[in-house]
Amino acid sequence: MKLMWFHLMPYTELPDDFRQKHPSVWVDIHSSLFDPKRAHLMYNDFMDELEYAAECGFDAICVNEHHSNGYGLMPSPNLIATALSRRTTDTMLCVMGNSLALYNPPTRVAEEFAMIDCISGGRLIAGFPVGTPMDTCYAYGQNPSSLRERYLEAHDLVMQAWTEKETFAFNGRFNQQRYVNIWPRPVQQPHPPVWIPGGGSVETWRWCAEMDYVYCYLSYYGYKAGSATMKGFWDEMDRLGKDRNPYRAGFLQFVGVAESRSEALERYSEAAEYFYGRCLHVDSRFASPPGYNTEATQRAGIESQIKQAAQAAEAANKDPLAAQGTTGTTAGTRFNMVAREMKDIVDRGYVIVGSPKEVIEQLEHVATSLNVGHLMLLLQYGNMSKELTKYNTKLFAEKVKPTLAKMFSDWEDKWWPKPMAQSARAALPAFQPATVAAAE
Amino acid sequence: MSEPRTETVDVNGHACRVWRKGSGRKIGFLAGFGGLPRWIPFLDRLAETREVIVPSLPGHPGATGHTLLDSHLDWLVAVRQLLIKSGLEGADLAGSSVGGSFVAEMAALWPMSVRKIALIAPYGLFDTKDPPTDIWAQKADHVAGLLCADAQKYIDLKAAPSGANSSSEWPIEQIRASEAAARVFWPLGNTRLEKRLPLITVPTLLLWGEQDRVMPRSYAERIKAVLKAPAEICIVPGAGHLAELDQPDEVAKAVLKWTA
Repeated sequence: MKLMWFHLMPYTELPDDFRQKHPSVWVDIHSSLFDPKRAHLMYNDFMDELEYAAECGFDAICVNEHHSNGYGLMPSPNLIATALSRRTTDTMLCVMGNSLALYNPPTRVAEEFAMIDCISGGRLIAGFPVGTPMDTCYAYGQNPSSLRERYLEAHDLVMQAWTEKETFAFNGRFNQQRYVNIWPRPVQQPHPPVWIPGGGSVETWRWCAEMDYVYCYLSYYGYKAGSATMKGFWDEMDRLGKDRNPYRAGFLQFVGVAESRSEALERYSEAAEYFYGRCLHVDSRFASPPGYNTEATQRAGIESQIKQAAQAAEAANKDPLAAQGTTGTTAGTRFNMVAREMKDIVDRGYVIVGSPKEVIEQLEHVATSLNVGHLMLLLQYGNMSKELTKYNTKLFAEKVKPTLAKMFSDWEDKWWPKPMAQSARAALPAFQPATVAAAE
Repeated sequence: MSEPRTETVDVNGHACRVWRKGSGRKIGFLAGFGGLPRWIPFLDRLAETREVIVPSLPGHPGATGHTLLDSHLDWLVAVRQLLIKSGLEGADLAGSSVGGSFVAEMAALWPMSVRKIALIAPYGLFDTKDPPTDIWAQKADHVAGLLCADAQKYIDLKAAPSGANSSSEWPIEQIRASEAAARVFWPLGNTRLEKRLPLITVPTLLLWGEQDRVMPRSYAERIKAVLKAPAEICIVPGAGHLAELDQPDEVAKAVLKWTA
């Protein structure tokens, strides 16, 4: 199994009364809460943490894109990935990813990803999310009614830009370019592996299968809430006659590891409650622009609500917390149902905590039950300090990762980057700040 | 309240519902935000003395085809086709909100195609200093109170009829109507209609609900100032954005008087 280290880059100093005094962490979060000089330190801490994860031997480090967002300070994950490519050598760089419909022209994504792939010597994983409603429709003003059509067309343009050898004209419905001919071209041929972070729509699963892309379910609500989605994904793969290679899938999970469960609860409660209490305080006004969810997805949601209502009593008897779940049909209903206190957060499976042995057991269960070969781990969340993040990262790398890495060894990961041979890659000089160099 | 006759016409290969009721000189009505999932009293008032014809805009209840329309030109051509096929060439036209914007566009671009028009708080303009409410960024239970002075009027309009339709299709149709409006007007509601308003040459009535909580009343003056046609502003007491739902009698009376 691949163990990947994911950073959201949350602003770590939202006030204690953030939920009471501010309507939303996203879209219209107030600029007075942002201190650029504090953010200078946060960005540098976060990049230190990502570099540290690479040093600790994680298979990949992951970044993602958000806009006008107090828990995601990466409007451009490409900037971070580029900087990381100069401070890491063997770790893959997973940009999860660029929301294709937001780029005009979308060839910008083909160009920037090709740059990262060249600079890093072919270590890029290219993520193509549609993007959340908050990012795409509200912060970036994209029309929810045409967002998916634009996304799919932009995807076609990027893939053609990567693979077509001659200059070509692109005559799309939304994009017209007379001369498409990107320089640079990606190291990985015909193109870097493409991974698709998505919600639970059948259309996305089918499309991933058709295109042979990795499907990633990046939920903040852990494995209990995610199990229905991943079951849906694998059922659909079965129907389409695809094998159950666990590397077809990626899944995000928060983890806090310590010497014991009680110590883990003590260490990680504050950061987890900061994340679920403040970072996921999203105004539901921004969650459901009309047309963002396809009618097929709406229909499935309504039908499942009807079914859920019928089964509610039975489910509540079996497992009250899982039944409450966090599986609302829209982001708005999910945000309203979020558990905010550590006991619930852990009981619902949002965050897995424990000793290394306990974490191994739980993650083996996650990987096996969801059949996921790419486990993306959030080992920094909320206002977790650099010191605690490094502790969590190191303990996981030393005591948890070696056991989990052996899982799924019978399967080939056909969706992993294929970097240039080490001997053919540029040597990265050790970084030495000018002030230090001058003193020597 | 008796039911209208229902027909469909084809626009870009998609069926669009057309309601007809009454007799007399024709008057067309293009509905406001959310469309018309059911017949409303305002239309009955019009039908007492006129043949009222109500084509449903693409994507609104009774019609599909909005996802084919990528540009504002696509929309304008589709609405023009819809009106011609509904038999409204040369007729009086009234429109509310979303529909009001299209009525203004038709009068501006095809001045010979309409006789007189009535615009009820039309979309299409945006003033940074006095912006319309963002109807697509609201908690679900706030929408009715923004669209009507009496929220219950909008809730009743949108309530699923017992026994009719399948339980899942009705809500999807209502979301589709909001999506169709978004497809035209996202994100600001600004289609640059203001640039075309001076092309309107037919008499134009501007109706505004006194309690319109979506489209600022200052826009009535703004529109009237650039029209080169005879125009009047009529403020309707006790009405919100969809004034025809709140005050059907008053709005119908004003429209009938203007188009007499």
